[in-house]
Amino acid sequence: MSEQLHYALFTGCTAKQSTPELLSSTLAVADKLGIKITILEEASCCGASHLQDFDEFLAHVLNARNICYAEKLGLTMITICNTCQLNSAMTKRALDKDPELKARVNEKLAEVGLEYKGTSEIKHFLYALIDEYGLDKIREKVTTPLSQFNIAPFYGCHNIRPSELHEEANGHENPYAPTSLDSLIDALEGNPVEYESKNKCCGFHVELQANHTSEVLAGNALVDAIDNNADMMVTPCPLCHLKMDTYQDSVGKVMGRDVELPVLHMPQMVALALGCSEKEIGLNFHVQKAKQLYAQAS
Amino acid sequence: MSQMKKVTLKTFRFNAETDYLPYYKHYEMEVGKDELILDLLNRIKWEHDGSFSYRRSCRHGICGACAIKVNGRATLACKQNALELVELFGDELVIEPSSTKRAIKDMIIDKSDFWEKHAAVKPYVVTEVEAHPETESKQSIEEFNNFLDSDLCIQCGACHYSCPALEVNDAFLGPAALNAAYRFTVDTRDEAGDERLAITAEQGSGVWDCVKCFECAEACPKEINPIEKIGKLHNLQFERGVAKSNVATRHAEGFLRGMKKTGFLDEADIVLYSEGYLGMYKHLGTAMKMMKSGKIHWHSGIPFINSIPKIKNLDEVQKLIEIAQTNKL
Repeated sequence: MSEQLHYALFTGCTAKQSTPELLSSTLAVADKLGIKITILEEASCCGASHLQDFDEFLAHVLNARNICYAEKLGLTMITICNTCQLNSAMTKRALDKDPELKARVNEKLAEVGLEYKGTSEIKHFLYALIDEYGLDKIREKVTTPLSQFNIAPFYGCHNIRPSELHEEANGHENPYAPTSLDSLIDALEGNPVEYESKNKCCGFHVELQANHTSEVLAGNALVDAIDNNADMMVTPCPLCHLKMDTYQDSVGKVMGRDVELPVLHMPQMVALALGCSEKEIGLNFHVQKAKQLYAQAS
Repeated sequence: MSQMKKVTLKTFRFNAETDYLPYYKHYEMEVGKDELILDLLNRIKWEHDGSFSYRRSCRHGICGACAIKVNGRATLACKQNALELVELFGDELVIEPSSTKRAIKDMIIDKSDFWEKHAAVKPYVVTEVEAHPETESKQSIEEFNNFLDSDLCIQCGACHYSCPALEVNDAFLGPAALNAAYRFTVDTRDEAGDERLAITAEQGSGVWDCVKCFECAEACPKEINPIEKIGKLHNLQFERGVAKSNVATRHAEGFLRGMKKTGFLDEADIVLYSEGYLGMYKHLGTAMKMMKSGKIHWHSGIPFINSIPKIKNLDEVQKLIEIAQTNKL
C-alpha cells in the first residue's frame, strides 16, 4: 500500500456500552487491513436524533465539538453507526452552509477553547472500506471465505437517506437500490440474499413510545430475510442490530411465528472472513445465538 | 432510433368492482430519451388497453394527481424521465399505484385517509378577519421564510404512502399532514398554533410516532423534506413550553442526563427515566436476556455505580450543555 489509511474513529455510545463486539471487531478488521485508527476518546453522544427533537441548537454545538477533535488530528472522521453518521453529517451540512449558525456555534465552542472549521470529512466505516480501501484488496485478504452462508444485507435508514445529504460520503448509493453491502458480502465470497426489506426501517427509534410499530417493522424485515433463506443478517448500524437481535422473542409474538436469525454487525462479518479471533468478533454478546457461526465458518 | 430503449412495463392491474385479486400485465415498448413516465402510462392506454386507468391533470408537477410508484419508488409521473429510472432499475419497470392496498382501479387509489388526516390538522390560517378589511394582511420576507419550503406541498401523497409508520399504524397522521401543521403553526397571522401543536403531539398519531426513516424526504417530488418539519414541530413543543412530560418527551430530553454524567447516552437510565419505575416491568425480560449475553451488566442503571466509561474532557460537554441549552421540558 502506497500510503497507510488513517482515520479518527467516532465510536458512538452503543459500541462503548451494549455492543462491545462492534468496537472490538472494527479494530480487528482495521488491524488486519493495515488501516490506522485513532479513537476520538473526547467524543460525546451524537444525540441519536432524539436530542435534536428536544434542542436542535445544543445538538449542533455538541456534534460540532466532536468533529473539532477529528479536525485537530487532520483526519477523516469515521463512524460505525448509521445514526451517528446522520447526525454528525447533518451538523456539518448545517454549519458549512450557514455561516451565521456556524458563528453562533463557534461562539459557544470558544468557551471551551475549540473552533469548528469544516475541514474534516465524515464517513461511515462501510464506505471507507469500499471506496477508500477497496473491495479488490479486501477480497485478497480473505482467509475464511463465507461461501457457505446466505447473508441478508440490511442497510439501515441513516446511511442511505436522505440521499442528498449522504451522496458525497456513501459513493452515491441509491436508497431504492443500494449495492454496497451486497458487494462487500460478495467480496467475502458470501451469498447476498435478495429481499425487499433490505433498505427498510427497523423501528428502533420508536421502541419506547410506539412499541407496536417498532416490533412490526423489525418483524417484517426479519421474516422477509428468513423467508428468502438467510443464514444471517448483517447491518452497518448497531441500532438496527439492537432492535433486530435483542427483541426476536417479542417480535416473534407480534408476527405470530418463530423468528430466529443471527444479526451481525458489518465489521463482525468482515472479521469472520479475515480470520480474526473469536474474542475479537465477539459473537457471544448476541442475544440471538450466533456463536455457532464462528465454528461453521472455520 | 439509436436513442430508443426497449423497456418492459410490469404493470399493476386491478378493478375493485370485478377482480378478486390484482395481477400484473407486461407491456413492451421502445422508449425515447425525452419520454416521461406519464407518456408511458398514456401509451399503455392508447396503444395497448383503453381500459387502463390513472389520474392525471396538469402535466406540470403542480396538481399532484399522477403520483404512483415505480419499482417501489414514489414517482410523480409527469415529472419523471423514464430512461432515468431504466438506468436505475434496469429495463423492467414495475408500475404500481402509490398504495396497492388502497387500489380502486389500476393506478387510481382511495386517498380518503390522506385527506382526513390533512383536514385533522386544520390546514388553514385560523384568525378573526373582518368581512370587509381595509388593508391587506401582509407578510414580511422573514415571516414568509418561516414556512421554509412547507408551502410548496401539492398533496400528491407520495410521502404519505411511502411512510412505513403509517403502513403499520393507521392512526399516524403521516408526513404530509404534519408538514401542513407546521406550515400554519409558524404563520404569524394564525392563532391556532398551540391547538395544532397539541394535535400533533398526541401519542399514537402525532410526531412522536415518526420512525425517523427519512422515506418521506426521499419521496417528495417537490423536495420539501417533511421530516425536517416534523423535527421542527418537536422543537416547537419545547420552545413554546407546551410539551407534556411523557415517555416520548422524556426520551428526547433524557439524553442530556447521561451526557452530563459521562458524555455518553446512559442506555439503562434513558429507559428508566422515560418509562418511569412502573413502566420498567415491560423491559425486564429483555434486560435479563441482555444481561445474560453481556450486553448490559447487573449494575447498569443503578445510580452511584459507574457502569459507563467517561469521555475525555467531559467538563467541556457539561459546560456546553450549561451555556448552549435553549429548551426545557
